Amino acid sequence: MIEKALGGTRRYWIWIVVLLAVIGAGTLVYLRQFQEGLTVTGLSRDVPWGFYIAQFTFLVGVAASAVMVVLPYYLHDYKAFGKLTVLGEFLAIAAVCMCMLFIFVDMGYPTRVLNIALHPTLNSLMFWDMVVMMGYLVLNVVISRVTFSAEQRKVAPPRWIKPLIILSIPWAVSIHTVTAFLYSGLAARPFWMTAILAPRFLATAFAAGPALLILICLLVRRFTGYDVGREALKKLGVIVAYAMSINLFFILLELFTVGYSDIPEHLEHLKYMYFGVGGQSTLWIWMWASGIIGLFSLVLLLVPKLRTNETLLALACVAVVVSIWIEKGMSMVVVGFVPNPFHEFTEYAPSASELTISLGIYAVGILILTGLLKVALDVRKHKPKVV
Amino acid sequence: MSGETSRRVFLQTTGAAVLGIGCGIPLVRALASEIEDEQGTGPRWAMVVDTRKCAETCGKIDGSPPCAAACHRIHNVPTKIEDPKEEVKWIWTEPYEHTFPGRDPKYLSDDLRGQDVLVLCNHCENPPCVRVCPTQATWKRDDGIVMMDMHRCIGCRYCIVGCPYGSRSFNWKDPRPHIEEVDDDFPTRSKGVVEKCNFCSEKARDSADGTWTPECVAVCPEKALIWGDISDPESELRKTLAERFTVLRKPELGTRPRVFYLV
Repeated sequence: MIEKALGGTRRYWIWIVVLLAVIGAGTLVYLRQFQEGLTVTGLSRDVPWGFYIAQFTFLVGVAASAVMVVLPYYLHDYKAFGKLTVLGEFLAIAAVCMCMLFIFVDMGYPTRVLNIALHPTLNSLMFWDMVVMMGYLVLNVVISRVTFSAEQRKVAPPRWIKPLIILSIPWAVSIHTVTAFLYSGLAARPFWMTAILAPRFLATAFAAGPALLILICLLVRRFTGYDVGREALKKLGVIVAYAMSINLFFILLELFTVGYSDIPEHLEHLKYMYFGVGGQSTLWIWMWASGIIGLFSLVLLLVPKLRTNETLLALACVAVVVSIWIEKGMSMVVVGFVPNPFHEFTEYAPSASELTISLGIYAVGILILTGLLKVALDVRKHKPKVV
Repeated sequence: MSGETSRRVFLQTTGAAVLGIGCGIPLVRALASEIEDEQGTGPRWAMVVDTRKCAETCGKIDGSPPCAAACHRIHNVPTKIEDPKEEVKWIWTEPYEHTFPGRDPKYLSDDLRGQDVLVLCNHCENPPCVRVCPTQATWKRDDGIVMMDMHRCIGCRYCIVGCPYGSRSFNWKDPRPHIEEVDDDFPTRSKGVVEKCNFCSEKARDSADGTWTPECVAVCPEKALIWGDISDPESELRKTLAERFTVLRKPELGTRPRVFYLV
């Protein structure tokens, strides 16, 4: 099966070479970081986590969002998602791999990273995050492989796979919950210490993930002719609309509690995030952009006439991904550190090295996704009638 | 079942079993160690900082007070790092308003306004850094000292994120070229690990009775720092705590710091 990834059109190979070039650039810069230390990043003693951990957080959401196609298909037997499910699982696999790479490049002493497994520490959420991420990766690899190979051989998948599929549903929720717990259980950082962080993570995940999946489906259809069907895309659009609305609702809940209670320790972070109070950075401009783009996407998503227009749906999905990426991938981690425990405002911006390494990791993820999709679509193309 | 299939099934089963045992045993061990009692009966070290004495003695000094200079010298702390974003420090001063935030700065007494207050690791009774560390590279000893194993630390910086006091430093680059003068009695660090104050626990090596005086306490000309066993009611430290009003940094967080401040 895997050999399908090695044969392809000229366009396929150009794409692969471009991805490999980006990965190469990222690797070279990473080697420099490995040599010189995390000084090559924009991080500091006041902002010890930044772009890498933020990308990790965003991508955990993308990984978890596979549940939004798995659940309707397997639990509710929603047939329209039949051609979509494997794409969702593949996206999850690629996202989990990127997550692990982002954690790895963030380590100060990467050659010791296995210490997490050698000295398992049950009171550390980072340990549990590793456990749930690894478990989720294994689940998705096994499920997609077994169901796909059964489909290829035109037989029903073995019965033991069903419990695993059902297990993968709460497991998907768990990966983003545990990732939220990484942040929300820290007395030191009032900005994150909110019980609604996990639900917010899930809402953004279930909006951005399916939005990304819609975009991938449209690209795949355009370049390979593989069509998941209008019905599936429409239904995904509804899922994005609900999740994005809930996300907005959650943001308003957060703003109310922090704003009305008026506790300076909590409010200062929000003032910095939305108005730049205390600092010099331009992060607040991004946050306003995120809000406006998010609202714009919501208008497109909530009006059925607009949502069912595929071009506008694609536009809405781009807006959803951009809006949520700014919030999760740029601001959420950093604002937790500004101001610092001494109430000093230290700014952070990712360095060019940080961005190049991150780009390289995204390219790895896209390469994995491309390879997996290539295999799956080639197989399906040759046997268009599937069980 | 064909030969090839059965071999594949065998390999898959064996692989899964090895993986299961490999992950399972350390997990069980970790569970067992969780229920062990960490409370010892020996001394538990703590410190009192007399901020007024500090201000009288070192208030007008530019740069590091002698306690910080001495600490950093004997612990090979890379003080020559210029960039404040990459600074490594074990003990230093912060303005009063920043050390004890949340008080209304407008009506602060004149002598406290802008006064330098010594800060260092609080060696919390309930340390969040220890709770979050994924490798037990930082842990709490029976004598209350929160220790760092710089050979186990993976540099994830979760402890820095979890510390409400900004007491921990990360080696963003190789610290060795930035050490003023290397002291061979204490190890230097590599890039990529976290470090912090250890209450000079290395001094126990040369001590006959297992007690010692941290360098910062020893070098202070005005004895502004009181160090002792908080479990001993007869210690100078306990007597000071009994007689005088002390404050803690962010006591509401429940970390129970073991560095007390006389203001």
